[in-house]
Amino acid sequence: MNRMKRGLVLSIICLAATAILFAVVAWSPAQAQQKNIILSTTTSTQDSGLLDVLIPIFEKKTGYFVKTIAVGSGQAMAMGRKGEADVLLVHSPAAEKKFVAEGYGVNRRIIMHNDFVVVGPAEDPAKIKGTQAAAEAFRKIASAGSLFLSRSDKSGTHSKEMRIWKAAGINPEGQKWYQQTGLGMGRTLNVASEKKGYTLSDRGTYLALKKNLGLVILTEGDAILLNVYHVIEVNPAKWPKVNAAGARAFADFMVSKEVQGIIKTFGVEKFGSPLFFPDAGKKE
Amino acid sequence: MDLILDGILKAFYLLITLDPEVLGITRLSLQVSGTATLISLFIGISIGTMVALTEFAGRRLVVSLINTGMGLPPVVVGLFVTIFLWRNGPLGFLEILYTPTAMIIAQAVIASPIVMGITLAAIQALPKNLRLQILSLGATRAQMVWILVKEAKLPLLAGVMAGFGGVISEVGASIMVGGNIKGYSRVLTTATVMETSRGNFDIAIALSIILLLLAYFINLVLTHIQQRERPR
Amino acid sequence: MTVPAPLLAVRELRVQRGGFLVLDISSLTVEEGTILSLIGPNGAGKTTLLQTLACLIKPHGGELSFKGQKVTSDHGLLQYRRKLAMVFQEPLLFDTTVFQNVASGLKIRGMDHSEIENRVKQNLERFGIPHLLDRSARKISGGEAQRVALARAMAIQPEILFLDEPFASLDPPTRESLMEDLEKILRQTNTTTIFATHDRMEALRLSDRIAVMNQGRILQIGPPEEVMNQPGDEFIASFVGVETILTGRAVRKGQGTFMASIDGREVEAVGEVEIGEPVVFCIRPENVTLDVPPRRGATSARNVFPATITRIVPLGLYYKVHLDCGFPLVAYVTGHSLENLSLHEGQLVSASFKATAIHVIRKTLKP
Repeated sequence: MNRMKRGLVLSIICLAATAILFAVVAWSPAQAQQKNIILSTTTSTQDSGLLDVLIPIFEKKTGYFVKTIAVGSGQAMAMGRKGEADVLLVHSPAAEKKFVAEGYGVNRRIIMHNDFVVVGPAEDPAKIKGTQAAAEAFRKIASAGSLFLSRSDKSGTHSKEMRIWKAAGINPEGQKWYQQTGLGMGRTLNVASEKKGYTLSDRGTYLALKKNLGLVILTEGDAILLNVYHVIEVNPAKWPKVNAAGARAFADFMVSKEVQGIIKTFGVEKFGSPLFFPDAGKKE
Repeated sequence: MDLILDGILKAFYLLITLDPEVLGITRLSLQVSGTATLISLFIGISIGTMVALTEFAGRRLVVSLINTGMGLPPVVVGLFVTIFLWRNGPLGFLEILYTPTAMIIAQAVIASPIVMGITLAAIQALPKNLRLQILSLGATRAQMVWILVKEAKLPLLAGVMAGFGGVISEVGASIMVGGNIKGYSRVLTTATVMETSRGNFDIAIALSIILLLLAYFINLVLTHIQQRERPR
Repeated sequence: MTVPAPLLAVRELRVQRGGFLVLDISSLTVEEGTILSLIGPNGAGKTTLLQTLACLIKPHGGELSFKGQKVTSDHGLLQYRRKLAMVFQEPLLFDTTVFQNVASGLKIRGMDHSEIENRVKQNLERFGIPHLLDRSARKISGGEAQRVALARAMAIQPEILFLDEPFASLDPPTRESLMEDLEKILRQTNTTTIFATHDRMEALRLSDRIAVMNQGRILQIGPPEEVMNQPGDEFIASFVGVETILTGRAVRKGQGTFMASIDGREVEAVGEVEIGEPVVFCIRPENVTLDVPPRRGATSARNVFPATITRIVPLGLYYKVHLDCGFPLVAYVTGHSLENLSLHEGQLVSASFKATAIHVIRKTLKP
């Protein structure tokens, strides 16, 4: 009896311990369901560190708990399409417009912009330095057959890149010098640096990683290289389960004067220049 | 080489100054993987023992499923758990996607077949007549199973270590179902991936070192228990 | 006066495996306080019978009664099983101390600690291993381990003890000493025992009754002398150690005796037969005497034949001598005699055996 009982008691204790541990972990911060917002955004936005500053302010102010899910623009909008996110912060204008037109998103508002830059090895084998037009730079890279790394992950950066190729009248698909990493911006930059190739990057990520990269900015300033960020609330009419109030609160927060002010100065201390330029309320 | 040295120094710095974020991430790693391992212990040992001791139609199929499950790619588990836990998925009403709970579930799914498979092999490796011997001593079926499990405790401990090792180090499922949310569902592995993609290699290496140390110390304890019992 | 029911009784016990009938016992009884041994070749069904009697295997037919009560239901099953104990060829000890091992059966029964301690110590004493009390079961020799296994079984004070070739893995001296001790303990405690062995000497020595098994059946069961000296057929005979088995035909009858023709020679045996009847003679090698000619003095042996030694095989304590008398014959002689008579292969000797030493089996005519 003793042996058997001891075994039983031990099992019950273990089970209880598991249950308690489970509960403790599961019911840690903010489990009130109505207070959760799923923010779907891009890896480059998260990697810039801007959200690490803004989100805590928002949470403190409103009491909402924001679950920031950083994926590529493509996946972010796919989540919105399935109602698996409440609000999107993305930078892929063409896809965004389609998203709203199809009725999945409402209240698309401009937040900020930064720009893309064409980076490459200092040796610049395709000799694109100084080229003003991005499309022209891409043409030079193609004719020189120099290595170009593409994210190829349907991200905002990738969409921009494809637009530039289109403008240049070139289809890079299948070309030997065109390699597709399928990785986020930071990793792609690392690969480009290792392999001494060209790539398109948002300025923010490039600046953040600059010290470890053997890449320099070769083309910048072209209008086509502008990277505009919008906030879109997922349409509750399509997906009743979305936290519409929370999404609205977050979007309002992002266009608020206070936040726009923070965005204006973000990055200056660390990199010498701001990473983003606030645009809330401006005409597109 | 400098990078690794930087990383080691950073690791020490973070640990010694008890950097709260790193501590939080480490604690969460332990909690999530620890709980998942405990759960997988229960499921794994009970099912593994049952399959080992019972004859039933389709047993071969079940055994091969378990053995396949041992090599189940974590990222596949993550994908399927995500699909289930999506708001509009079958278990969406639970609203546990992007929470540590979801990570525990995914990790338990990853670890359970491992513990199951090793338990199955361990029990089957016991002497054929041992079961009869125990019954002949007057044991009830339940007592017999308990004694057999105790006899197999050495390989079973190895199973626990394998299960724990598998989940403390996994990242694919954890990112998918957890969302790597700062201060909430970020663990050592997911944080390392993120810091790497951001280019913060020193932090990434530091986190890796902490993860390795964690895994090492836990296995040290378990190994000590196991080897204390081994036949000499 | 009522005869108490046998401790164990079975009827029409059948066990099938893979479509084959591996056990077919029409009836068997075991009296309290007796030792029954099962002998037979590998695959005869000894282990199956033991395990079925211990209710570790479920029979496909038949019934088992313990003290007159049938054992069937699940509850009755556990109760019955708790009255018995089994020891296998391997000690099958648990990975813990010797004390814990011997105590395991008692712990299963929920006995309290002080009582367990007493029983364990008592049984370790019995088997001569009290010094092993706190030793890890992994750190003892094979012989010691088997003693622990036996102590573990005896600690629960079983009403029936089942032993499945318990000495088979031990070397001869260990086997000897353990057998001696076990025999003493079994007699002291009056424990009903059923044990399986392929060593007929063991069976001969320890049992009150021997059952010879083959192909799942009991061919013959009875006191050792009976089975050994009066085997029911050739199979049993060869199994119990009769070395010389001769077939022939009865040719002449006498007063309670008869002559049979075997390979051209006439051999005299005791018994009532018909002339022309086929017979089988079983002659134990211990009963064959060898003389080196010239023969001295008269002898009462009716069967004396000149023979050539074809082979001499040393068997440790004695020698097996193969002879050719026209028919094959086997004799046992001591090393002493071998020397005295300077026996060697090829030698011409005189082999003799008494008519009364022949066990006659009347052959049933096979189709």
